[in-house]
Amino acid sequence: MAKITLDTLAHSYLADPKSPEDFALQELNHDWADGEAYALLGPSGCGKSTLLNIISGLLIPSHGRVLFDGKDVTHLPTADRNIAQVFQFPVVYDTMTVRENLAFPLKNRKLPQSEISDRVARVAKSIAMEDVLDRRAAGLTADAKQKISLGRGMVRDDVNALLFDEPLTVIDPHMKWELRTQLKQLHHDFGHTMIYVTHDQTEALTFADKVVVMYDGRVVQVGTPDELFERPAHTFVGYFIGSPGMNLFDARIEGTTAEIAGTRVDLGAGYRTKGGATKIGVRPEYICLGASGIPARVTRVEDVGRHKIIRLDMDGHQVAAIAGEGESVPDGGTHVQFAERGVNVYENEWRVPPEGGDGPLHTAREAA
Amino acid sequence: MKTDNQKAWLLVLPVLVLVAFSAVVPLMTVVNYSVQDTFGNNQFFWAGLAWFDDMLHSERMWNALGRQIVFSSIILAIEVPLGIFIALNMPKKGAWASVCLVLMSLPLLIPWNVVGTIWQIFGRVDIGLLGYTLDALGIDYNYTQGFYAAWTTVIIMDVWHWTSLVALLAYAGLRSIPDAYYQAAKIDQASRWAVFRYIELPKMRGVLTIAILLRFMDSFKIYTEPFVLTGGGPGNATTFLSIDLVQMALGQFDLGPAAAFSLMYFLVIMVISYVFYIVMTNLDKEEQGQ
Repeated sequence: MAKITLDTLAHSYLADPKSPEDFALQELNHDWADGEAYALLGPSGCGKSTLLNIISGLLIPSHGRVLFDGKDVTHLPTADRNIAQVFQFPVVYDTMTVRENLAFPLKNRKLPQSEISDRVARVAKSIAMEDVLDRRAAGLTADAKQKISLGRGMVRDDVNALLFDEPLTVIDPHMKWELRTQLKQLHHDFGHTMIYVTHDQTEALTFADKVVVMYDGRVVQVGTPDELFERPAHTFVGYFIGSPGMNLFDARIEGTTAEIAGTRVDLGAGYRTKGGATKIGVRPEYICLGASGIPARVTRVEDVGRHKIIRLDMDGHQVAAIAGEGESVPDGGTHVQFAERGVNVYENEWRVPPEGGDGPLHTAREAA
Repeated sequence: MKTDNQKAWLLVLPVLVLVAFSAVVPLMTVVNYSVQDTFGNNQFFWAGLAWFDDMLHSERMWNALGRQIVFSSIILAIEVPLGIFIALNMPKKGAWASVCLVLMSLPLLIPWNVVGTIWQIFGRVDIGLLGYTLDALGIDYNYTQGFYAAWTTVIIMDVWHWTSLVALLAYAGLRSIPDAYYQAAKIDQASRWAVFRYIELPKMRGVLTIAILLRFMDSFKIYTEPFVLTGGGPGNATTFLSIDLVQMALGQFDLGPAAAFSLMYFLVIMVISYVFYIVMTNLDKEEQGQ
């Protein structure tokens, strides 16, 4: 296992990149701590697979360096980086049994036979595949095949990192949960450095200790699931994470108050902005309806089972709010209020911390 | 609820008629000839299974069958590995991939008798590039007289004509392997041979089955090219089943024996192809099912 360092890393698929738009991956400095589970979250085409391929060595970055435990591996081929990768579509060696599949990386590394069978037995136990060791891998289900791919990585004791490239894409929904739980358990038991690429926020937030959110070739925030939920560093994180995403309002910030659609709202803390375009972001969980506040009209109510999503029209602006199952929703005209602790201020799409700094995180996020 | 309505049969009628005229009727005329004897004048006499019995004891037919099996085995043993080897070494993308594909398809587009003619001229000792060169090098090469020269030329001609088919099919099979397999193999530090043995070959099995079946059936029926090149000679050296059959049916006008011969020939191809197909699909099932 290793700490992975990205040092002024950037990548362009063009031969001679000039403007930032030419880069698939904007310049980036980041440490992936040893033994931690990371999720790399972002929409399709945001550069997350590019980044993963650079770490695994399938792609050589055009700029910057990749270090494993301080050793420069930027130009080292995949085979010599000692990493493991689980791909979107299950990769197993069809003609081999599960046992032979698991032994394959060790056989190629010319380990003694006794050592190989020991390790294969151990890994088979930890991925719960002891019963099927002598079956052909080709006949197994997709989730079993993904576990074999994972096992082929784990069988190497000294593997530097386990990389996952949207590994649950072809797994049946009811098995996704199961597999993710097992994965988390494996991380807990063995402490591999894991990097998990996905565009599914639920996968990312439930799997990872830290989530790296990417947008348009850039890392916009690295944080715990709670940090991403409570304090999105960028408006993109706000609306990409959460269901529905964060509401954003154009607002004029003056000290401790904001003016939204002609109504003054108390922010509860002072904010110093530099004259850029300011917005405030409030998650639907922190919006409640009442007799005072910003006037709005209820346009639709979606009951999703454990809560209701209320769609409102606020001066031509769409707003979403979440109400509990038992709460009654007013018909037509009402007012929107923000819970102070749920308000984030943005200037030019980036978050502005309140004067005096952020307080401790309070978690209102439901367990996803 | 059971309905006793037989009208649906009417819907199959057009197909039945079509198949009858295209396959069954011509085949039945052969069956017809195979059980009758004629002395001309359009008079036919019932001969029963005499012709079949004759053919089964005909040394000439067994010899032709033997030559045929040897020929098909040799060209399969050359064309399949060579086709795979070419496919593995063809460029994967870009302009060169297209150039290769076009070049590879060229032999497949040439009519059989033209292929025969090309090689007939190419191999001639007096004017052909190949024959003249070999002769100048002091090698005794004459496909019209030498047994080995004739066989070698017929085999090289077939390899030249048909290896492309195997290569193109294998290439298509290779192209359908997702990149992730190669990447996983790299991560597992698999050798080039292991990649071929455990990824490429298993993934190509489907197309290779088709390639082998096609090449077997086609080579077993080969007629035009050796007919143009050697005419079945020297002696009977390259008289394969089809050439023998045509000599019997049209050369000697022995319609009865030739018809019996055709039917047995047809059966042999069908049985071998069927057995091959069953073996391959069973292997497949074993792999998937177990």
